[in-house]
Amino acid sequence: MKRFRGFVIKEFYHIFRDYRTLLILFGMPAIQLMLFGYVLTNEIKDAKIAIYDPSKDVVTRKISDKVLSSGYFILESNLGSVAEIDPVFRQGEVKLVLIYEPGFAQKLEKTGTARIQLIGDASDPNTANMLVNYASGIINNYLASMNSEKVPVQIIPEVRMMYNGELKGVYMFVPGLMAMLLMLISALMTSLSITKEKEMGTMELLLVSPMQPSQIIIGKVFPYVFLAFIDACIILVLGNLVFGIPILGSITLLLLESFLYICMALSLGILISSITNSQQVAMMISLVALMLPTILLSGFVFPVENMPVIMQVLCHAMPPKYYITIIKSIMLQGNGIEYVWRETMILVGFTAFFLALSIKKFNVRLTS
Amino acid sequence: MRTILYIIQKEFLQVFRNKSMLPIIFVVPIVQLIILVNAATYEMKNIRVSVVDLDLSGTSRKLVSKFQGSPFYQVRSTSFSYREAEDEMKRGNIDLILQIPAGFEKNLLKEGHEKIQFVINAINGQSAGLTNAYSTMILLDYNREVVIENTTPAMMTGIRTIQTDYSYWYNPKLNYKTYMVPGILVLLVTIIGLLLSGMNIVREMEIGTIEQINVTPINKIQFIAGKLTPFWIIGLFELAFGLSVGKLLFNIPMEGSLGLIFMSAAVYLFVILSFGLLISTITHTQQQSMLVSFFFMVVFILMSGLFTSIESMPLWAQNLDKLNPLMYFIKIMRMVLLKGSGFADISRYFWSLVVYAVCIVSLAILRYRKVS
Repeated sequence: MKRFRGFVIKEFYHIFRDYRTLLILFGMPAIQLMLFGYVLTNEIKDAKIAIYDPSKDVVTRKISDKVLSSGYFILESNLGSVAEIDPVFRQGEVKLVLIYEPGFAQKLEKTGTARIQLIGDASDPNTANMLVNYASGIINNYLASMNSEKVPVQIIPEVRMMYNGELKGVYMFVPGLMAMLLMLISALMTSLSITKEKEMGTMELLLVSPMQPSQIIIGKVFPYVFLAFIDACIILVLGNLVFGIPILGSITLLLLESFLYICMALSLGILISSITNSQQVAMMISLVALMLPTILLSGFVFPVENMPVIMQVLCHAMPPKYYITIIKSIMLQGNGIEYVWRETMILVGFTAFFLALSIKKFNVRLTS
Repeated sequence: MRTILYIIQKEFLQVFRNKSMLPIIFVVPIVQLIILVNAATYEMKNIRVSVVDLDLSGTSRKLVSKFQGSPFYQVRSTSFSYREAEDEMKRGNIDLILQIPAGFEKNLLKEGHEKIQFVINAINGQSAGLTNAYSTMILLDYNREVVIENTTPAMMTGIRTIQTDYSYWYNPKLNYKTYMVPGILVLLVTIIGLLLSGMNIVREMEIGTIEQINVTPINKIQFIAGKLTPFWIIGLFELAFGLSVGKLLFNIPMEGSLGLIFMSAAVYLFVILSFGLLISTITHTQQQSMLVSFFFMVVFILMSGLFTSIESMPLWAQNLDKLNPLMYFIKIMRMVLLKGSGFADISRYFWSLVVYAVCIVSLAILRYRKVS
């Protein structure tokens, strides 16, 4: 036991001596959380639009006013003809063009209907879709207010946004960020630190020492459990203090689940290091094969439900997906273990699987 | 010149000798491109609905059938208890609860107005916003039908309608894949380029071979040039490969000139690789270098406009983003490939990249010292 303690202390020395790495490990969650909280939103704000208004009457001006005063849009240019639409899109600033038909107010008065055309720059389909939806919503509202006393039957929708009343993007990102950073620290850092010993040749020294191979591995990963835990806490506390993200469920449960996830990531890291011999390869595997799927296939950025079926199946093979589901459920919905036991069991399964595989692959001898 | 060629030869040898790196450099990114492009979609087509219809009248049933008929919705369950529906939402099985109160039809026809409830799971704020917009639209449509059914033409006079048509240019079907392919391609080329170059010099330092190079008559500029060129060629090759895969598998449009793409890519890769070398010169271990690269990469990627639009960032962040090379190149790729923009349209981004390249490479050369 004393030997083991000495070994863990050595590992801590290794980590604390390298202040650059430490700085990044602890600075990263803070900076990324700020980024996600303040910078990355898909909310539409001040999107640049162009208007082609050949009729220029009271009604079209009023509608334009409504659209521009909504806060979603600002006017970039007034077009003189339909032919100007293409060049204005090509320059890349304008995202939406609003076109009134000629003689708009007159037609509306006489025939009761008039037409507006919205053209979105769908080279960015997501934004185009939202802009068109928002703009037609504003026009519909204007119409409704114009007709309000004349419509005899009206169904009024009452909308309640559950769990995230202000539709903040950061609610979505905090769980994802935790999943990503914990994965990074646990899987990547451990695999690097083990392969480093192999690369430098010091692994042989450790293997001929009286320590058990299992002790060596546990001693190696132990400090990273600690670091990962601190990072998780930093994210939770900052998220709560700065962005007001609630932790509705039990904190103990949240931390226990995080611990389970860290163990899963660590066993993955051990697996990676047992099949590679150089840091470069370990890092490439971790980054290229782990990071992007963690970001994209876990429901972090893109909701899993919208993906094609094959992708959804693939997503189910991604451990971060379960972790993200679990902590969203605990933090934002205040659920207890009875809602997430299935995901928890799956994470336990992953951990066991990775561990079994790496024990099978682990060599006591380093043969080249 | 000959000296540079030797260094290039050495670097290529080292890359191709490493059997486990080759698939990582060439195969994994393409596999990822294929997989991730399919995953990266904001398209909403499976909004899962639970209906709580406490009225069960003709009007309420018809409203529910409107939701059933829409391709965006999937009615998962109907129940008479809101509690049950909310529990399903808690389990994450439901995105929207549509609650119709008892006496809905009667009140609607008698009073002329009645409320219904949309309860939306808003953890993903963006999806929630769209769900709300779609649902309101369906409701408005249905409302129009009800109005026509229940009123006489005389009552209809004075009601005005504005017909809104919309069309989506450059991508009429709102195909997200054509949008994501250029972006993800940039991402993969960047990751490979930055990591390869970022770990390169530091690796020689760790192994100790840098000393051997330091005692040779190779000067700084030759050394950096020799280190950059192989990765530059690999990067361009990978981009070409990825573009072909994108064209063959996803049929992405290539409206603009490919020459323009590769010209910009040449400059862009230069920026990324020099950036990697710069990182390589200021760090001491591969682990450090990797972490620093990772840090910048995540910030660059997230702020590049790949997943979220740059226009919706706050102004200070947009200004900060001017330091983000990925932002320029993703813009160029998308504009040229999807919209057919010419050099005049992208010139601002292109020259920014050139300036960037010059600054970074001089920094890297300045930072590199021939002593350990």
